[in-house]
Amino acid sequence: MLHSRTRLATGTVLALTAALSLSACGGTKSGEKSAVESCVDTSGDSIELGFLNSTSGAMAISEQTVRDSLSMAAEEINADGGILGKEIKFVEEDGASDPAIFAEKIEKLLTGDCVAAVFGGWTSASRKAMLPVVEANNGLLFYPVQYEGLEASKNIYYTGATTNQQIIPAMDFLKTKGVKTLFLAGSDYVFPRTANKIIKQYAAELGIKIVGEEYVPLDDDDWTTQVAKIVAAKPDFVFNTINGSSNVGFIKAYYEQGLTAAETPIISVSIAEEEAPAMGKDVTGQYAAWNYFQSVKSPVNDTFIKAFQDKYGKDRPTSDPMEAAYTSLYLYKNLVEKAESFDVDKINDAADGVSFDAPEGTVTIDGENHHIAKTGLIGQINSDNQFDVVWSSETPIEPDPFLKGYAWWDPSKK
Amino acid sequence: MKNVQKWGRTWGPLLAIALVAIALLVVAPAVLSPFRLNNLGKYVCWAIAGVGIGLAWGRGGMLVMGQGVFFGLGGYAMAMHLKLEASMATGGPDAVPDFMVLYGDGTMPGWWEPFRSGPFTLFAIVVVPAVVAAILGFAIFKRRVKGAYFAILTQALAVAFATLLIATIQQTGGFNGLNQFTLFFGYNLYDPVNKKMIYSIAAAVLVVCLVVVWQLYRSRFGELLVATRDAEERVRFLGHDPANIKLAAFVVAAVMASIGGALFTPITGIISPSDVDATASIFLIAGVALGGRALLLGPALGAIAVGFGQTTLSESFPDQWTYGLGLLFIIVILCFPAGLGNAWSQVTTRFRRSEAVS
Repeated sequence: MLHSRTRLATGTVLALTAALSLSACGGTKSGEKSAVESCVDTSGDSIELGFLNSTSGAMAISEQTVRDSLSMAAEEINADGGILGKEIKFVEEDGASDPAIFAEKIEKLLTGDCVAAVFGGWTSASRKAMLPVVEANNGLLFYPVQYEGLEASKNIYYTGATTNQQIIPAMDFLKTKGVKTLFLAGSDYVFPRTANKIIKQYAAELGIKIVGEEYVPLDDDDWTTQVAKIVAAKPDFVFNTINGSSNVGFIKAYYEQGLTAAETPIISVSIAEEEAPAMGKDVTGQYAAWNYFQSVKSPVNDTFIKAFQDKYGKDRPTSDPMEAAYTSLYLYKNLVEKAESFDVDKINDAADGVSFDAPEGTVTIDGENHHIAKTGLIGQINSDNQFDVVWSSETPIEPDPFLKGYAWWDPSKK
Repeated sequence: MKNVQKWGRTWGPLLAIALVAIALLVVAPAVLSPFRLNNLGKYVCWAIAGVGIGLAWGRGGMLVMGQGVFFGLGGYAMAMHLKLEASMATGGPDAVPDFMVLYGDGTMPGWWEPFRSGPFTLFAIVVVPAVVAAILGFAIFKRRVKGAYFAILTQALAVAFATLLIATIQQTGGFNGLNQFTLFFGYNLYDPVNKKMIYSIAAAVLVVCLVVVWQLYRSRFGELLVATRDAEERVRFLGHDPANIKLAAFVVAAVMASIGGALFTPITGIISPSDVDATASIFLIAGVALGGRALLLGPALGAIAVGFGQTTLSESFPDQWTYGLGLLFIIVILCFPAGLGNAWSQVTTRFRRSEAVS
């Protein structure tokens, strides 16, 4: 008797649950998209911006540098009268090196804090996670890191290099060096996979032979067997698309197995001023492709380095991603002031041709794909772990994230 | 007095579940902003997996350190369907997910094909983890692997699963995972009304899971499971095979984790290896331990509390929050090893004991 009564009660709870959840199911089908209302408050004498970087987890060491230069840019702009006369107030959030957290936090910043724009992200995973959220809320994201291209969103501005501003210039440089054979070493990740796909197709065009292609998982430090293959293949150059700390293991195995910068030099796309001293070996003579080096000679860069080191310490180097982040905040200021509004659609309408005299040189926004024109640079590491610029594209390269202007590029080819 | 106790034992748990149902399905949607409600939805997904862990670990004594694998099986199954739905909405019925074109050769592996169908996906979310858990559990429990060895084995599984996902970038999106969904079974995923609907489904599923484990705890199976946890050899001598009992609990826990993962995907809009790896698996365990693993509501409320703590702490202290959360765990485990849900009874027992002594 008692048993059947509990059964009845269980049934009631379940039925109630079903009814309650069904009552919430007045969902709208696709197509009838409800209009997104911006909740950004522009009436006061300050404007809120969101800084979303990982300050915990595996990426914290890299992303903290971006946070630092963003804070510095905000202080400078405020000291100079703010954006459209409004003081910048920034809300900081931790992406915790986890894409799902990035998605959650950017939604919080856009819909809860009602910030006018968000600055941050580092890994492609974090950007891909934020993209649908920022599009759904018609917000703005400024992404400061070189990446694998093949993307353009009206709600994202990409202030790092796309592939035709970093990978392709690096290949042009190798051609001028008379390189005949090339070995590809990368992390098993979207960026290296895509970069190598582009490298292989362009190499065929340039007549450079790819003599090997090896991947190791992102967090793996053991490169012994892969480096042994490099030793056996004896390439003229190694193209290194390894990410983060895995580089340390690669460099260690490379020198231990007797390879040298004179015989088999490496060209890297993720080793910058921050990373070079952390390799555990003397990497003098190796190369890197970027769009900014601390050694870039210009009055703007001198001021930037001095301000950064005064604020954070004489021993802190400046590097490409932090410069791109610094530049992104100034570009935002120039965008808003040209549009005379914080409204996303008005900013997008005004975007084409907005420029800034950045530490790397003058950069200009392409209104079509929201990337910026940047000068391609190749640097060679000297004994002070600084880069001597040995090659430059001379003029800024127009961004081409989908490589439409390169006849040899066929995305469907393996 | 005796009658009241008896009444409480029979109806108390049901009343508690009903209160949780009202809090999640009536109160929360009324008072929380859409963003906060969506956050709660994420914690609810962890709670669904947590309820299963409570069954396997709290009642069954199996420290399942790799529930991220099953969470991931459900999450990725749902993500594959949502990804195909998004691709088909723009590219026609034969469309291929964008990342396969960008990072691969633009051809879709055959095992993706059935996930174009919604009903098949729902079927797979339940059946795939059940089959995997059954095969795995059979191999493990029949060999009488238990204790720390079992924990290490399941943990290793989570590491292997995440590595496999990262390595098969052309099939699973690799480190980036699967994202950029637009539709959820025909509904626009970013419409606030639809988000509320998905939240309600998750909350209702949690309530159903609580009712299911409550019934299991009351049943003969529940008694046997606890008996196996406390004295496996004696159960064997009584003529039961402990392996079968543990296997059943392990499979139910796996299915619950999978359903939690399947709901996690549309709620967060992304599933990636970092949501299913060893760290994520430990995170699931942590919530259950905090709430009280052997209690009915402990695992669910613990998982929600940890999720809430993570969000709140990280918003208030973006630079130091991980230390705060770590400290909180240490304090709770030191003071209340059986979880916060047992704190009250632990304090009263101690109080009574000291009274008896004096």
